[in-house]
Amino acid sequence: MRIRAQGEGGVVVELGDGIDPAVNARVHQLARAVAARLGDEVLEAVPSYRSLLVIHDPLRTPRERVVERLRSLVEELEHAPAIAPHRVVRIPTCYGGVHGPDLAEVARLSGMTAEEAVRRHAAPAYLVHFLGFTPGFPYLGGLDPRLATPRLDSPRARIPGGSVAIGGVQTGIYPVESPGGWRIVGRTPLRLFDPRLGSPFLLAPGDGLRFVPVDEATFDVIAAEVEASRYLAEVEG
Amino acid sequence: MIAVVKPGLLTTVQDAGRFGHRASGMPVAGAMDRLALAIANRLAGNDPGAAALELTLVGGTFRFEWEVIAALAGAELPASLDGQPIPTGTPFHAPAGATLTLGVASRGVRAYLAVQGGIGVPRLLGSRSTYARAGFGGFEGRALRAGDRLPVGNAPGHASPGAALLPGEFPELAAPGSTVTLRVIPGPQEELFHAEGLETLHGTTWKVTTQNDRMGYRLEGPPVRLRGAADIVTDAVVPGAVQVSGDGRPMVLMVDCQTTGGYAKPFTVIGPDLRRLAQARAGDGVRFLRCTQAEAVAALEEERSWRST
Repeated sequence: MRIRAQGEGGVVVELGDGIDPAVNARVHQLARAVAARLGDEVLEAVPSYRSLLVIHDPLRTPRERVVERLRSLVEELEHAPAIAPHRVVRIPTCYGGVHGPDLAEVARLSGMTAEEAVRRHAAPAYLVHFLGFTPGFPYLGGLDPRLATPRLDSPRARIPGGSVAIGGVQTGIYPVESPGGWRIVGRTPLRLFDPRLGSPFLLAPGDGLRFVPVDEATFDVIAAEVEASRYLAEVEG
Repeated sequence: MIAVVKPGLLTTVQDAGRFGHRASGMPVAGAMDRLALAIANRLAGNDPGAAALELTLVGGTFRFEWEVIAALAGAELPASLDGQPIPTGTPFHAPAGATLTLGVASRGVRAYLAVQGGIGVPRLLGSRSTYARAGFGGFEGRALRAGDRLPVGNAPGHASPGAALLPGEFPELAAPGSTVTLRVIPGPQEELFHAEGLETLHGTTWKVTTQNDRMGYRLEGPPVRLRGAADIVTDAVVPGAVQVSGDGRPMVLMVDCQTTGGYAKPFTVIGPDLRRLAQARAGDGVRFLRCTQAEAVAALEEERSWRST
């Protein structure tokens, strides 16, 4: 464990060095412990692959106090069993066609059929390592290495919200229309960021996620239900 | 209601910021110069973090459809109410139908127009701030346009407007072309930089480039030498973090910055000093000065005392 400063009100706790699901699971465990135990002393905690940024008001809680509390929480965690994602959110996804213009190319680069690429992409329960880039964008761990494909040479100016894409060894979902250089293999009718809702984020850091292939007709039905705020995301476990 | 006759260059509704949702990828946003926001609010009789209009470089024209108490703080720009000059830092009474005309900033970049009761747009995730990149918050999630009509809120405040500021009471505002000094706390990735790279960072008078906005200020100067690649395992960032990309150019992240980033960060500008950069424009100089946690805490205390005087 390493503790570093980010400004006068930020403490970064690093729990490992690389992108590793076991390290990331620890990060989420620490984030939950901070929320449960240090709620009065810290303002918020932001997880990423291998570290947790803990933000506090140094006029209310001195840095030394926050660091000391974090050290003892991490020590306790070392003796606690690692925990799997507490829920797996099912993401209906229409692969290929108009919704996944790069599926054929991803399959070709991976040396497999489009059907095989979809099967492999929809197989794992991915871990939401953290959210960033745009509100609600999940950085997912667990992509089949055979599906890893380089980013586009020139990013697209507009990617529709809900697009499911692969960039290098990562896969993710664009929550809102934005520019982006990842290859689009499909699209979900779900909204990962829905400003109309009181809690607008579909996913939380540490969640599990599985893509469930659906056809275009099903995509349209679910999209209409989402539009009418009638769709409830399915959760495994 | 406040009618937007001319929106100015970039006018958005901002308050003290949106906190508690960075783990979902939602940036803080809020006023770029939080001290100027607090002063404008105090003068107008509001809580320091009430929602106000953030004007950028060119003010715009606004018509008050109802009678209001209002105040301007931050960048110095010429202001007149139905032709009568309005000094910055002084609360003023605008009768129903009065038109406020704002010119081009002579000093500083961002000015705040606060009205008593605050701007009454809905609170989303605990804040009225605009985060335009996601079309979220503020007035319809975007910068104001001619023809927009903004509701005035009834936020509880001090009820009576504050006293005008005396000239010596204004927080400093550097003249265009001068150099601002920003105090920084080392970390989180200082060790990724060569000693020579750190000398470059601390010894250079950097120039603000035209690539400066609410997300970040890119600076120009000699390339900063890293020990290895600039890419790190993506981690969480805060406004004030200085990141150095592969070409060795530093960028200071501002309030609309993404919540995570993948570049090495040698140090972080302390919160109370970030306003100095928010008020700097292309061509202005920037120097980084290393400071301790104790110095940063003292600066924060000074800032809070300003806000509550």
